[in-house]
Amino acid sequence: MTTKERTPNLIGSSPRRVDVFEKASGSAIFTDDLQFGRGLLYARVKRSSLPHALIRSINLEKARALKGVKAIATGEDFPNRVGLYLKDKHIFARDRVRFVGEPIAAVAAVSEQIAEQAVDLIEVEYEPLPAYFHSEDAVKKDAILIHPDLDEYETANFIFPKGGTNISNHFKVRKGDPDKIWEACAQVVQRKYYVPHVQHVPIETHVAVAQADRTGKVTLWASSQSPFAQRGLVAKALGLSPNQIRIIANYVGGGFGCKAGLTMEALPIALALKTNGRPVKLRLTREEEFFTNFVRQALVIEIKLGCDANGNMLAMQNTMYWDGGASTEYGVNITRAGGYSSTGPYDIPHVKTDSYCVYTNNTIGGPYRGFGMSELHTGIEQCVDELADAIGMDKVDFRLKNIVQEGDILATGMKMHPTGIDRCVRKAAKAIRWGQKTAAGAANKRRGKGIALMWKAPAMPPNPGSSATVKLNEDGTILLGVGGQEIGQGAFTVAAQIAAAELGVPMDTIRVTGPVDTDYSPYEWQTVASRITWSMGNAVRAAAADAKQQILAIAAKAWDEKAEDLQLVDGVVVSRRTEREIPLKDFAVYGIPNEDFSGWTGGPIYGRGKFMPDYVTGLDPETGQGERAVVHYTTGAQAYEVEIDVETGKMEILHAVSAFDCGKAINPDLVKAQMEGGLIQGISSAVFERMIFKDGHMLNPSFVDYRIATTMDLPDKITSIIVEEPQDDGPWGARGIGEHPMVPTIAALGNAIYDAVGIRMEGPPFTAEKIYLHMKDQAAQKE
Amino acid sequence: MEKLAITLTVNGSEEELLVPPNLTLLHLLREELALTGTKNGCEAGECGACTVLLDGEPVNSCIVLAAECEGKHVETIEGLAERVGMRKLQEAFMALNAIQCGFCTPGMLISAYALLQRNPAPDELEIREALVGNLCRCTGYDRIIGAVQQASREEEPA
Repeated sequence: MTTKERTPNLIGSSPRRVDVFEKASGSAIFTDDLQFGRGLLYARVKRSSLPHALIRSINLEKARALKGVKAIATGEDFPNRVGLYLKDKHIFARDRVRFVGEPIAAVAAVSEQIAEQAVDLIEVEYEPLPAYFHSEDAVKKDAILIHPDLDEYETANFIFPKGGTNISNHFKVRKGDPDKIWEACAQVVQRKYYVPHVQHVPIETHVAVAQADRTGKVTLWASSQSPFAQRGLVAKALGLSPNQIRIIANYVGGGFGCKAGLTMEALPIALALKTNGRPVKLRLTREEEFFTNFVRQALVIEIKLGCDANGNMLAMQNTMYWDGGASTEYGVNITRAGGYSSTGPYDIPHVKTDSYCVYTNNTIGGPYRGFGMSELHTGIEQCVDELADAIGMDKVDFRLKNIVQEGDILATGMKMHPTGIDRCVRKAAKAIRWGQKTAAGAANKRRGKGIALMWKAPAMPPNPGSSATVKLNEDGTILLGVGGQEIGQGAFTVAAQIAAAELGVPMDTIRVTGPVDTDYSPYEWQTVASRITWSMGNAVRAAAADAKQQILAIAAKAWDEKAEDLQLVDGVVVSRRTEREIPLKDFAVYGIPNEDFSGWTGGPIYGRGKFMPDYVTGLDPETGQGERAVVHYTTGAQAYEVEIDVETGKMEILHAVSAFDCGKAINPDLVKAQMEGGLIQGISSAVFERMIFKDGHMLNPSFVDYRIATTMDLPDKITSIIVEEPQDDGPWGARGIGEHPMVPTIAALGNAIYDAVGIRMEGPPFTAEKIYLHMKDQAAQKE
Repeated sequence: MEKLAITLTVNGSEEELLVPPNLTLLHLLREELALTGTKNGCEAGECGACTVLLDGEPVNSCIVLAAECEGKHVETIEGLAERVGMRKLQEAFMALNAIQCGFCTPGMLISAYALLQRNPAPDELEIREALVGNLCRCTGYDRIIGAVQQASREEEPA
């Protein structure tokens, strides 16, 4: 893009979402809403009841004999290992189980009840093995191996498993030499934090329906953030070509990462291969949703951070043990992301980072909104607060002095691009009235303020692609094809805005085609990593430009003018030179009759566009150094004012402020909607959420025992601030904003609690009980 | 299992059905009548996605047996969309971007509709309390509460 171009009015405005009428009227179709008729079979899953054991035998006889059972699938049918970055997972456990809930077999029957009965009739004999539920135990030298064959697993070339250990990835950063610097530091803070497992909790649980025909072609309808990546993974599991698999992905009822990659979707496919063409449906129960699919990994993080007497950060040592769970096929890349972003948004000359992905016998960790960054910043941003205190500087000033700026060489050797983080910090501080203490509402209450910054890069392979199509209808309306998914974030709306703006047509003439269908939609890697507005946005813009060029060429030829003299304005081709005009609807498909009646000019118009970043470099496995580790960083800040009741520990959030740099807000109201939704999800994870396990069994897999934020848990006041420092390769400067708003939340609230009552907890959730008990401990220590 | 014959009115239309005794109203609506605007989120009465009106009162249809609905009137998002009060709520939800993934939206709208039926001018706390049983993971609720306030402020048509 050139810097001189004028930004169209539609870019930076907030037209109504293209999907809301469907959603408000109950017309929007989600996967579970599809009707498959009487032939539909229902699947249930036999799951491991032990966290770690060898499978001695699986007896299917009684289940097979049950009337109404149509097919049973087990690991015997699927020898291939699957996985996104590390192929360490089977569709069904084969010789051993590694977590409670791992699929061992699945049954398809004429009703869910019969399938459930059949599952109960499957007998599994186990030989229990020692199990690990904490990453720090699983990395001990004498720990038994959860994946003894790790050395043999196929892996992406930027993931480094350590065969003979439970470490499936070790990402290192070596920049400068912190060990030589600590003595030169005026202050050093060393802390350890623990972030527990949490779950995504989409209100729509996972659901998938599979059908196989006699030619071997498989069709899957799934609630999916990544139909294309899923297609590749299914193909690998079945030993087929992606060309034999079709995935149709309707609206997604909340994803947050858990519907990326391939998880339970493989199970109905396994069954459908055995049902003579009958479709098989698997819908996870709420209980299954909690612990049988992806969860957010737990993290143990140890940080040592030092600065000089003037408050310049000099050195950081950061050691992370990620609890990857029983399989880390996706999680290994979270570890990598935690590694290359391990300084947080700060310019630190000496850095030593070790980020370990550790196999445990907990449920499988996977992508969750923020991809490791919430957990990482929970540690970093509380340490930064403590170091500011130690050196006697204001916490905002200390941050501003050390934040990453354009041109800084990051811990990986990458040069930082322009970023608006300084403005985010200043605006957030101003909005929360930083430095002004307000009086508490009652004698038993204490108020405090806290701030935390963040950065996050899209974490993905170096070369994920996007594509888009623009197809004109006979009346000049437009079908916009994308492979990115509408998961609630507004992707379809932003795509329509970008296409309309680039083409020069009214937005309401564009319909974004859905559902995403791998047979008919253009390719998109995955709807993850906050990459869609940026990457798919570029593809949409290119497709629109391609279609526009075709449109103008037709009119130019018909009028014997130059295409450069024509433009498309509000759906009408206008000549700047001759002032002739023709509405798109008059020639979109059939063309324009030549003026001498000698024939026609034109024909159907089909624009196509693509985008793929081609500049990300590899990093040295020993030092983490390389020219460009990531495509870009989105930065931001959050600030809170809280009031704590010292008699009960109950915390009220009086004001929550978010300020994020999204490059360019294509649709500012949707950007703010992301900031608000992410803020509340972040608060929920900071204050309520934690998966409680006992011997690998989750004790709280329901909405009653695993509490998420409700309408009664909102801050009294929410302020959302958009900062725009353009991204050089984003559409009109845009970069992603979907994940970032929950990244700094735990740390910022931790800092606010400290400011209010002087306690720091080892990690979230900061429940009233925990706050109260810590205050009590602190009082006891003072006596 | 022996099936039961039941008669109920759904969105104004009388339906005679043969149903298993353990069939819930949620599954009756979604599978027997293809009224899929009513969503299945937990099947335990905890998330509110399946909220419908049963004789005018909001209920979690996942914990109501179809057999209990004999002779009763059920209204779902598909039927309520005809009502002026619901249309005002839908318009406010759409205008304020109170919808993201949309999965909780029908249940949320019905709980809000029921509130405005019994209390046309609720204050913010009353709205929060009325919607506490409807979980939303996307929006953070603030815009939903704002949309209900906006809909309640609009004057009733004469």
